[in-house]
Amino acid sequence: MNNQQYITAYYLDDDDLMKSVKHIREKGLSINDVLTPFPVHGLDKLLGHRRSYLPQVGFIGGAIGAICGFYFQYWIFTEAYPLNFGGKPFASIPSFIPVTFECTVLFAAFSMFFAFLIRSGLGLGAQAKIHDEKVTDDRFMVIIPIDESNRQDSINHIEAVLNETGAKEVKVNG
Amino acid sequence: MYVSPVREPLIKGKKDYNKVTEDITAPMAGKPSKYWYMGIGLSLLALLAGGIGTVITIWYGIGTWGLNKTIGWGWGITNLVWWIGIGHAGTFISAILLLFRQKWRTSINRSAEAMTLMAVTCAGFFPLIHMGRLLLGFFIIPYPNTRDLWVNFNSPLLWDVFAISTYGIVSLLFWYTGLIPDLATMRDRATHKIKKAIYNLLSFGWTGSARHWSRHETLSLIMAGLAAPLVLSVHTIVSFDFATSVIPGWHTTIFPPYFVSGAIFSGFAMVLTLMIVARKALNLEDYITVNHVESMNKIIITTGSIVGIAYLTELFVAWYSGVEYEQYAFMNRALGPYAWAYWIMMTCNVITPQLFWFKKIRRSLIATFIISIFVNIGMWFERFVIIITSLHRDFLPSSWSMYAPSLVEVALFIGTLGLFFTLFLLFIRAFPIIAIAEVKSVLKSSGENKKHSNHE
Repeated sequence: MNNQQYITAYYLDDDDLMKSVKHIREKGLSINDVLTPFPVHGLDKLLGHRRSYLPQVGFIGGAIGAICGFYFQYWIFTEAYPLNFGGKPFASIPSFIPVTFECTVLFAAFSMFFAFLIRSGLGLGAQAKIHDEKVTDDRFMVIIPIDESNRQDSINHIEAVLNETGAKEVKVNG
Repeated sequence: MYVSPVREPLIKGKKDYNKVTEDITAPMAGKPSKYWYMGIGLSLLALLAGGIGTVITIWYGIGTWGLNKTIGWGWGITNLVWWIGIGHAGTFISAILLLFRQKWRTSINRSAEAMTLMAVTCAGFFPLIHMGRLLLGFFIIPYPNTRDLWVNFNSPLLWDVFAISTYGIVSLLFWYTGLIPDLATMRDRATHKIKKAIYNLLSFGWTGSARHWSRHETLSLIMAGLAAPLVLSVHTIVSFDFATSVIPGWHTTIFPPYFVSGAIFSGFAMVLTLMIVARKALNLEDYITVNHVESMNKIIITTGSIVGIAYLTELFVAWYSGVEYEQYAFMNRALGPYAWAYWIMMTCNVITPQLFWFKKIRRSLIATFIISIFVNIGMWFERFVIIITSLHRDFLPSSWSMYAPSLVEVALFIGTLGLFFTLFLLFIRAFPIIAIAEVKSVLKSSGENKKHSNHE
C-alpha cells in the first residue's frame, strides 16, 4: 500500500458505515480496508473477508500441548525416573490428566495469541499508519484504492460514490 | 434490533461514541487526586510491612512463623487459597459471561481481570515464601538437572504449580488481547510525547482494521472458551491439595465444586468492594450502574447458597459416614477451641448473602459494600477453618496442638494486601479500567439514549 494512492473518508455512525460499504461494493469499487473504533458485526461478510483460521491454529497448538504434556510425564515416570508408589503402575494415567490439561490450554492460548499478532502484523514496536487519530474514538473510515491506469477518472468516480453515501472528509492519500 | 422495554439500560445518560471515550479516559488525565495519593501511600506502607516480613522469613527461616510440628500450614496457605479464589471472579466475568453473551460484563470485565492478575501475583507469593528457601523455588519446575531428579507428577501440589502458572499466563494474554484496541485509543489521545511513545509501543501498532477486528473477536471468543474450563480447573486442583490427603475434614469428594463456587463467591465480593468505590471516585457511575451491582449480587447469592449447602452437606456426610475421626473433626470445628472462627465463617458466608433476596438490599450500594466486606472476611475464615481445625486435632491426641500466627505472618498478609492495592491504584492511572471498545459495541443495543430511537 506504500506506493499505491488511495482515498479515505469517514462516517460517524456504524449503521451509516454498513449501508455505505454495501453501496460502495455495489458500485463495483474495491475497499482496501475499513478502520473502526470497535468491532462492527457483519462488516467482514460485506467486505467479503473469509473466516480466520485462528480456531484451527488453536486446535493444533492445543493438540501439540496435550501430546507433549502427556508424553513428558509418561517418559519421566516410565523411563527417566520410575518411582514405586505403593505398588501402583508406573504409568498412572489418571494423575497425568491435570497437567496434560493445563499444557493443552497453555499451548493453545500461546499459539493463537502469537498467530493473531503475526498474521495481523502487530507486535511490540510495530508502527501503525495513522490516517486519523479519531478512528480509535468515533470515526469509521473506509480506504479505497485508486486505479492508477486511469487516475483522474478513478478519483472522480470514487469521490462521486462516496459523496452519495454522505461520507465526510473525502481526500486523496498516498 | 428489538430491545425489551422492561430491561434497564446498561449505560446511562445520553452518550455517543466520543463521550464514551472521553468519560472512560478522563480518570487518567491530569494529576491524581489527593485520595489517590493517600491510597497509594497506605498501600505502599502495607507493602513495606510485607517486605520486612519477607526479609525476616528468608533471613531467619520459616521458624519465625507460628507453625509447629502438627500445624504445618498456617496463614500462608490460607492466604494462598483466599487470593487465588479472589482471582476467579475476573475470569468468570470475562470468559464465562462472554460465552453466555451477558452484555453487562463489558463494564466490569477489564478491572475484574486486572484484579485476577493482581490476586494471582499475591497468591503465588505464598507457596514460594512458604518454602523457606526462596532461592530454591525453581526446584518445582521439571527441568533436567545434575541430581537426576524429576518432580512428582502424582502430587496435587505439583498440579497446582502448573495450574496456577498456566492460569496466570493465560489470564495475562486474555487481558492484554482485550487491552490492545484501548491502548491504541490512549495512544491517539495522548498529547505528551513520552506518554504517546509508551502507548504506541504497548498498543502493538493497532489500527482498527476490519480484518484485525475480525481476528480479534475470534481470538477473544476462543480464549474465553479456553479460560472457562481453566478457571474451573484451577480451584479444583487447589481443592485436590486437601481432598487427596487423608486428613479428616479434608478427605472429601465434595471439595472441587465447593471450592470453585466459594472462589467465585469471594471474587465477586472483592470486585464489588473495589468497584463500588472506584465508580464513585472515577465518575463512572453511568457505566457501572446499580443494575450491574444487582447482577453481581445475584451471582453472589447463587454461589453463596451453593457454599452454604456444601457446609451443611459436609456436616451431614460426617455424621452419615459413621467415621469417628470425620465426626470428631466437624464437632471440633463447630464446638472446639476454634469454634469462633467457624461461626464467623458461617455467619459471613451463609447468612449475610441471603439478605440479597431483598431487592432493596440488592440494589443498595451501601448494603452491598458492607456485605461484600463480610463475604471477604468470611471466605478468608473458611480457608482458615478448613486448614487449622483439620490439622490441629487429627488421629493422635498426643500430637494435638494449637496455632496462632506470628507477627511475621501477619505482616506478610498485610504486605500482599498492600501489593494488591498498589497495583490496582497504578492500574487505574495507566490503563482504561472499562473496556472502551466493548462498551461502544453494546452502546446501541443497551445504552439509554439509543433505546427509544429506531435502528431497524
